[in-house]
Amino acid sequence: MSALICEVVYRGIFQKNLAARICRGIVLSARKSGRWGIAFGRYGDSPQRNGIPAKDFAIVADTNEELEQNMARYEPKHVDVTVCVDDTLSKGVESWAWYGLQPINRLTEPNGTLLMTSLQPFDALLKDIHKKDAPYKLTLIRAKASFSGLWVYKEDHTEVRILGALAKIAPSFLTLDGVCEAIKEMEWGSELKVASARKAYDRLETREVKITEGNPEVPYAFEMPKWWEMREGVTIPAIPIGKPKEGGQGYVPERNPYFKKFSTRTMRPVIDFDTCVKCNLCWISCPDSCFDVMPDGTFDANMESCCGCGVCEAVCPVEDCITMVNESAFDDNASQWEAWRKDKAGYKTWLGAKIGDKKTTVRSHGFRFRGQYDEEIKQDLDSGGVEITAGIPGENAARKTV
Amino acid sequence: MATVTATKAASEDKELLISGSEAVAESLALADIDVVTAYPIRPYDTVMQAIAKKIANGQLVAEYIVAEGEHSQFEIVKHASTVGARVFCGSSGVGWMYAMECLVVTPPLRVPMVCLVGNRALDDPGAFGVEHNDALVVRDLGWMLCWIDTSQEALDTTLIAYRVAEDRRIFLPLAISADGAFLTHSQALTLVPPKEKVDRFLPRYDRGDLLLHPDNPITVAPQANEDWVIEIRRQNDEAMKRAVGVIEEAYADFRRVFGRGPENPWFEEYMAEDADVILVGMGTISLPIKVAIRELRAKGKKVGLIRLRWFRPFPFERLATALGRAKAIGVIDRDYSFGSPFHSGVVANEIRAAMYNADKRPPLLSFICGLGGREVTLEDVNKAVDMCDAAARSGKADAKTHWLGVRE
Repeated sequence: MSALICEVVYRGIFQKNLAARICRGIVLSARKSGRWGIAFGRYGDSPQRNGIPAKDFAIVADTNEELEQNMARYEPKHVDVTVCVDDTLSKGVESWAWYGLQPINRLTEPNGTLLMTSLQPFDALLKDIHKKDAPYKLTLIRAKASFSGLWVYKEDHTEVRILGALAKIAPSFLTLDGVCEAIKEMEWGSELKVASARKAYDRLETREVKITEGNPEVPYAFEMPKWWEMREGVTIPAIPIGKPKEGGQGYVPERNPYFKKFSTRTMRPVIDFDTCVKCNLCWISCPDSCFDVMPDGTFDANMESCCGCGVCEAVCPVEDCITMVNESAFDDNASQWEAWRKDKAGYKTWLGAKIGDKKTTVRSHGFRFRGQYDEEIKQDLDSGGVEITAGIPGENAARKTV
Repeated sequence: MATVTATKAASEDKELLISGSEAVAESLALADIDVVTAYPIRPYDTVMQAIAKKIANGQLVAEYIVAEGEHSQFEIVKHASTVGARVFCGSSGVGWMYAMECLVVTPPLRVPMVCLVGNRALDDPGAFGVEHNDALVVRDLGWMLCWIDTSQEALDTTLIAYRVAEDRRIFLPLAISADGAFLTHSQALTLVPPKEKVDRFLPRYDRGDLLLHPDNPITVAPQANEDWVIEIRRQNDEAMKRAVGVIEEAYADFRRVFGRGPENPWFEEYMAEDADVILVGMGTISLPIKVAIRELRAKGKKVGLIRLRWFRPFPFERLATALGRAKAIGVIDRDYSFGSPFHSGVVANEIRAAMYNADKRPPLLSFICGLGGREVTLEDVNKAVDMCDAAARSGKADAKTHWLGVRE
């Protein structure tokens, strides 16, 4: 290797400062061993939206000339290290900047490394991460996704722990001493952060992934038309209107088949169809029209098009009828209503398990009460994850606090 | 009575004493436009008044919308055109500039808007007189641009403009430029054809698969990034290339139906076939030049004029052939392009570029004259011809641009 190319896949808005700081840290750390580097964002990911998968990049090279080969680009064609700072992105990423669903490891070079922050076991992650036709290494830093609210930066040391891990993954470019020096002198000036980087270096967990391992599903793709195949006048067919669900009952809208948006989701609504009062509020309020109207008048959130914004939960007047649950608790986008129709008792058990899990029902991002940030930080410092301290605002907030 | 003789000469046509702007309005009534928007600025406002009068007199049934500014003025007709309306719009000088955002989006959306630009100097100072820089600002964007020099040409070109712009092979906006004051405010005898003739020449506007209508559900102008934009530009490029053939077709049909009009749509050649010196210009500058040429010819000097009608698409091949016959070329720009090659005007540099690959490249002299509506005098033209004469004899052009009629 004469160049080290890293991508950082992150959640738009919630992690934009985190990703940018990791990339700056990579370049500044490599500079300590005389390397040249650049850090940049995937331009097309701007304007970012809450939670939309986005990418930043850091490229370091032995010489400026080598670096130039990778400049004036939106994104590299291959990367040596894919850094993923939210494990729900392991289901694949779809963004404003490209078409179709990209497996999280798509750009990772054969024998390259996918580095994630996650509390999940390797095998649980490999249920989501798509199969790759070349072996690679999956490495983990034990931490939950470092989410902040709009424009806020969460000082939980995730960035320096990633840098410490990278010193282990690519020691010829980032020495641990170089990383520590960069942390101290350049960006942060904190001994505590240096200690976090060193611990991450020691504690990095690694697993070789074979080509037989991973989610076998082929992600949906999109083929770009030629200029003479495109309709003129910057004109595209409108999304057709929908159809009844079945037997002339219910209503399922047509949706954009080329931009599904579900990889934006960090939490999904779980619905109790037995307590639903059919008030329409979720259906009316959903900014993505993701609710299908079922023949019985209840509403099924279509998991192909749900961004996980949580508006439905906020407007639902029935306690625990719609509950947002962390995306990592699910393996597919199957219809909840169909599962309920097939086996009502079984569904009740499943639902109870999902919404009863305090770890997965805590909000993935944003702060729900004054002082939450300080409380979380106190417990979060390299503790191998964080205890649940917060619930959901409104009438049921207290009950969901551990 | 003049009307009587004209009726004899051109059968059913009637002869009216009308300005260039009024001639455009005559055509708009004949073309039965559906939506017109207006916002006053001189000299374009003359056409807006003439249309209002036609509607008030019951000679035209159309939506006449007075917008609160040029930006809305052009936006409204853009949208009206997407739902299938034949539209007209126009402006002058800085008014045209204020509409710039809409002018930019009209070609990629393939909206066949027809406009009149009453050419006016850009501010500052707030002069009313003609300069061509206003219309020329959109020269790279997919607008078809042409210049006219008489009321008759204003009338004829407006009919041709709808035929060309609304051709499904093109669907691009078209701006007709008329020199402020000299054409917009000056009345001349003009033949107005009957509606039946126009109907034989101009089909209905059919937006086809691009029609915005509940029966044809489409989304127009979704946001797109680098994966799409170059393909969209390439489509526009192709439409502009196709415009060349469509324009020639339209002029040939115009001659067939109306019994008049030029064989060469692109430029008028006035005593240019055997000329040693050919002057080139756009718009009403042709009139003093023609007078000067006749005087010079009487003295035995072989001088001619090429008056460019179409600037976009630019007839580069035909121009290069026509100009290659001369011993010297003098391009008189009624515009400026500060800091451009040789500090020339826009037309001079377009012609230099058009001739770069030509076998015969006579020396080309570049002049700037008549800015801000200053009259172009015989003295100015004679001065240009003298300099071109010298270049014809020496076979060399100076790498300069000469300003004519400027106090110095």
